[in-house]
Amino acid sequence: MTYYAFIGALEQGLAYGFLVLGVYLTFRVLDFPDLTVDGSLPLGAAVSAVAITAGVDPYLSLLLALAAGFCAGMITGILNTKLGILHLLASILTMIALYSINLRVMGRPNMTLLGKPTILEPLINAGVGMFNAAPLLFALLSVFILLFLLWLLHTAFGLAMQATGANVQMITSQGVNTDRVIILTVGLSNGLAAVSGALLCQSQGAADVNMGVGTIVAGLASVIVGETLFGCRTIGRALLAALLGSLVYRLAIALALSLKLGQFSFTPSDLNLLTALLVVAALTLPKLRQKVLRR
Amino acid sequence: MIEVNNLVKTFHRGSVNEVLALAGINLQVGRGDFITVIGSNGAGKSTLLNCLAGSYAIDSGHIGIDEQDVTRWPEHRRATLISRVFQDPLLGTCASLSIEQNLALANRRGRRHGLGKGVRRSDRELFRNQLAQLGLGLEERLKDQVGLLSGGQRQALTLLMATLIKPKILLLDEHTAALDPKTALQVLELTEKLIAEQQLTALMVTHNMRQALQLGNRLIMLHGGRVILDVREEEKAAMSVEDLLEQFYKVRGEEFVSDRMLLV
Repeated sequence: MTYYAFIGALEQGLAYGFLVLGVYLTFRVLDFPDLTVDGSLPLGAAVSAVAITAGVDPYLSLLLALAAGFCAGMITGILNTKLGILHLLASILTMIALYSINLRVMGRPNMTLLGKPTILEPLINAGVGMFNAAPLLFALLSVFILLFLLWLLHTAFGLAMQATGANVQMITSQGVNTDRVIILTVGLSNGLAAVSGALLCQSQGAADVNMGVGTIVAGLASVIVGETLFGCRTIGRALLAALLGSLVYRLAIALALSLKLGQFSFTPSDLNLLTALLVVAALTLPKLRQKVLRR
Repeated sequence: MIEVNNLVKTFHRGSVNEVLALAGINLQVGRGDFITVIGSNGAGKSTLLNCLAGSYAIDSGHIGIDEQDVTRWPEHRRATLISRVFQDPLLGTCASLSIEQNLALANRRGRRHGLGKGVRRSDRELFRNQLAQLGLGLEERLKDQVGLLSGGQRQALTLLMATLIKPKILLLDEHTAALDPKTALQVLELTEKLIAEQQLTALMVTHNMRQALQLGNRLIMLHGGRVILDVREEEKAAMSVEDLLEQFYKVRGEEFVSDRMLLV
């Protein structure tokens, strides 16, 4: 793997880190399998691209993306809690609807940011190299969001969030409206996914309506890889593991792409297959290990 | 202060499996009443508690607490007035949170669970003192995950959580039935102590008739979704298990079938 491939993987891993933290919130904390992210990630990219094109400050466009993603997640939450639709189906419905909405937002299937300002500009102007600017900035943002989530999960609301995922009867008996907790948490998760989309769009220079395909599987793979490698004994550990899992996952993909076996080499179109295999392996290996150890 | 009027609850209404669980319950509970609830399987004991707590939507009737009509309140809103301990020791606490985090959630029962710090330093002193009275050594294990505790320890913790903020009414649904005899006795003694100390109003479902006679100042017997016996104070104190059985035959005028009722 070349240095540039390495830096590129790092950049992607950090950009997708927000999404992975969001997936951790829904899948692990709330026990809510949420596929909305396949739609809210490109939504964030679309909102950010359109806003920047319209002259909005790139940093402000991140907040707009966050808000848009939050709304998308809340809709999934409302479909599930208020209308009683199964969580998985509710999220698929929102995801499908978002495809149309993303096309409406952009007015076309894809949009480039060529020659437009991005969040990386101030760093590049300050003398940080072209290739180092994105990983550096994304790492800073990641640390910030990690600390925010660590704080949030230790507030009273955060405890209620964890209890909602673990024991609905208990937390309802303590007077917490679990519907509200679910709506807000799924909202936050998708807000983070949308920020990932906005960061990717600005670092790659384009938003595409199809960039969300397979997002959830990649996110889940990162969470599981992180848990397996770095553990999840405490909330802080689990959050950090999710973020590092995202890095490891992207590095593994970059490694696979740089692999050459005689005539054969992987192409980016093989990524979905590789990811699916990785998730299957990550999900079954711990069980296999237990089986072997029990003998 | 708690008024239950003509409470009706049917399960699987309109299907072949239709079951009339509560056939018009009327009950007035006074402040400080400690009522034991007995009845055979399917009599409606647990259903009554679940309807009071708001877990089940009722078909018709009214539930009032302190002159407030709570019939249409959702379960989480009723939790501002009602606290409960379940038969399943795993149901009342959150396994993945620590002891102090569970207590912190209970310490906000009925108030907003907002963005303030979950466990404040000042809370810990209170939690330690409260846990110390359980005599289980949990006051030294504030940061341990609740999943590490035994069923009995979890039930004692649930009981403490249910009374940390004084409820208008405490609902106990066979809360010692899943514990071993020794632990069950400990939890029962703790129940008595907490109810007496805080002068709580409580409804306790039990299958044990002797226990139902020993505890509390009032006893009601349910059958077929109706209250068929309601005795209090001296009248209750004078009763024996045999009297209870006799009353049961008399009121129902039918053969007494459930063997679980006979377990004393």
